[in-house]
Amino acid sequence: MTATASPGTADGPRPAPQGPAPRHRPGAGGGRSEGGVLNVFAHSFLIIWVVMAVGPVLWIVLSSLKPTGDITGSPFGLPTGVEWENFTTAWTEASVGRYALNSVIVLAFSLTGTMLLGAMAAYVIARYEFFGNRAVHYLFIGGLMFPVFLALVPLYFVMDNLGLLNTRPGLVLVYIGYSLPFTIFFLTAFFRTLPGAVHEAATIDGASHTRIFFQIMLPMAKPGLVSIGIFNFLGHWNQFVLPRVLNNADEENFVLPQGLASLMVQQGSYDANWGALYAGLTIAMLPILVVYLSFQRQVQAGLTAGALK
Amino acid sequence: MDTQVSPVVDPPTPASRGGPGARPPAVSRVALAAALLLPPRLTPESVRYDRRYRTVDRYRFVCWFLAPPLLIYTVLVIWPFLQAFFYAMTDWTGFGGEFSMVWSGNFSRMWRDDAFWDALANSLVLLVLAPVITLALGLFFAYMLNAGGRHRRSESVGGVRGAAFYKIVYFLPQVLSVAIIAIVWARVFSPRSGLVNTGLEAVGLGSLAQDNWLGGSWARWVILLVLCWSFVGFYVVLFSAAMAAVPRDIYEAALLDGAGRAATFFRVTFPLTWDTVRTGWIYMGIQALDAFALVIVMVPRGGFDVLPTYLYLKAFREGQAGYATAVGVVLFLITLVFTLVMMRVGRRDRIEF
Repeated sequence: MTATASPGTADGPRPAPQGPAPRHRPGAGGGRSEGGVLNVFAHSFLIIWVVMAVGPVLWIVLSSLKPTGDITGSPFGLPTGVEWENFTTAWTEASVGRYALNSVIVLAFSLTGTMLLGAMAAYVIARYEFFGNRAVHYLFIGGLMFPVFLALVPLYFVMDNLGLLNTRPGLVLVYIGYSLPFTIFFLTAFFRTLPGAVHEAATIDGASHTRIFFQIMLPMAKPGLVSIGIFNFLGHWNQFVLPRVLNNADEENFVLPQGLASLMVQQGSYDANWGALYAGLTIAMLPILVVYLSFQRQVQAGLTAGALK
Repeated sequence: MDTQVSPVVDPPTPASRGGPGARPPAVSRVALAAALLLPPRLTPESVRYDRRYRTVDRYRFVCWFLAPPLLIYTVLVIWPFLQAFFYAMTDWTGFGGEFSMVWSGNFSRMWRDDAFWDALANSLVLLVLAPVITLALGLFFAYMLNAGGRHRRSESVGGVRGAAFYKIVYFLPQVLSVAIIAIVWARVFSPRSGLVNTGLEAVGLGSLAQDNWLGGSWARWVILLVLCWSFVGFYVVLFSAAMAAVPRDIYEAALLDGAGRAATFFRVTFPLTWDTVRTGWIYMGIQALDAFALVIVMVPRGGFDVLPTYLYLKAFREGQAGYATAVGVVLFLITLVFTLVMMRVGRRDRIEF
């Protein structure tokens, strides 16, 4: 998606001493200096934003290595000594380890469920004609229009009545439910683009509908599944509002963003252990950053797909 | 794609499946209907060899594949949404089952509720300013990355060197949880050990340092800043992709006509990426109306509310579920009006290229 943005940038340092080719530059003299000034201008803004974007995150990571005295005493300085203890405190005493485990468990089920159920519904909607096809499609897509806050209060009581409030399965089901509209919207469009001839061939060979779906259509839809999978992965892993409302009873069950937020609020003004909090943040950020840097093109494509609804 | 029953219903001509004379006896409709519930393997052969079975098989597949997602979605998404419009007209506390209808009472109470108006004003400020700032920065950076570089041979427009690197870095806040972003920035704006105050003191501007960035009148602007910060990179990537899709020859033509960079941007790039910009605008407005996690983590002791946090406060702290739901309805209406206005205002003929 972004690979072709600027084919000329990957060339590496090329001084181009001859200057720009004259045939492209009708007003050569003035244009040259304009380009130069703009270049300096552009680059300085671009670099300022690099500092803006990375600065706060880098500051937290560096500070997580500092003893608490350094953190409050000289917030700007480099760490005087590396304090690994922050990380052990964060992992055990501040229960970041526990929160991370909760997040992993919830994510494992919610992501699998969303992808499976979303793909099933999208496939049927995209490729089968049946009574109410269009109604079901619009029902799912309609969910994209509503802010989750509208449903929040009734949802809380629905969950309570079903006995799912403050339980892990409940959280998983809610994640799935609220991810379905976009997942189905995206995958329906994707399944429609797949060629129908393969489907027909498989039918003639005697494959059942279920078998065609799992063994032929799903593998063919892999690029779409990867994009929407990344989208949902980050969405579920980073989810804050839903657990905050529906999983707020027992601190033992907090998921990572929720746990970190409560850790932050718990820090008093005088007995704060900022080192542990920063270490907790670092623990939470690092895996995501590693995933992002390894798959950055897919991640960018997956997430920006979200804006095209 | 019609909504009628599928045209694949087979004609009721007597066809022989197993050769002449081997045609299985006709099965009743009941047996066929029952087959909807059975997996193919357990379906009796007499049913499977019926001509109508193919339709049954299709419908069985469709039903089984749609039922689980549809069930979860209806119970946990659609049903609460519908209930919301009902509860908004009640004085329900959320404790116990009894409530009475107050019809528009919640809305007239909102009219007189100063705290609600404060929250609404804050949300509207974010709704207006956050998309403008974020999209302007996003467009600026995206244009710099795509066309800001010096002209090279055989290239009408060139990106700056390292454009891919910039995009990776800018996009980074987008992959972090908004809760983490809120904590990080709450620390950056911390009065004593935060980056902002110590930074201001270090460069001799200590007088500008604030004791309380996240309370009082500053909170709104800090939230706005963080909101924009977390989305600029997203738009840089989105707009870069849109700009890369603009054919090079259009740029070349503009350049031959003597257009500078500014003119190229306003006359060529911006009009040709307008669709993406508008969609991005709507998306950013919806994000700005949320801001729940930022506010609730960065201003945990209250004093600054946006509509979602006000709703949360009323519903889960003060036991006014009915009133909170009415606030939710207002939030929904604002979202709806904003989206419709943006779709209407920004509509122009699509430029094909």
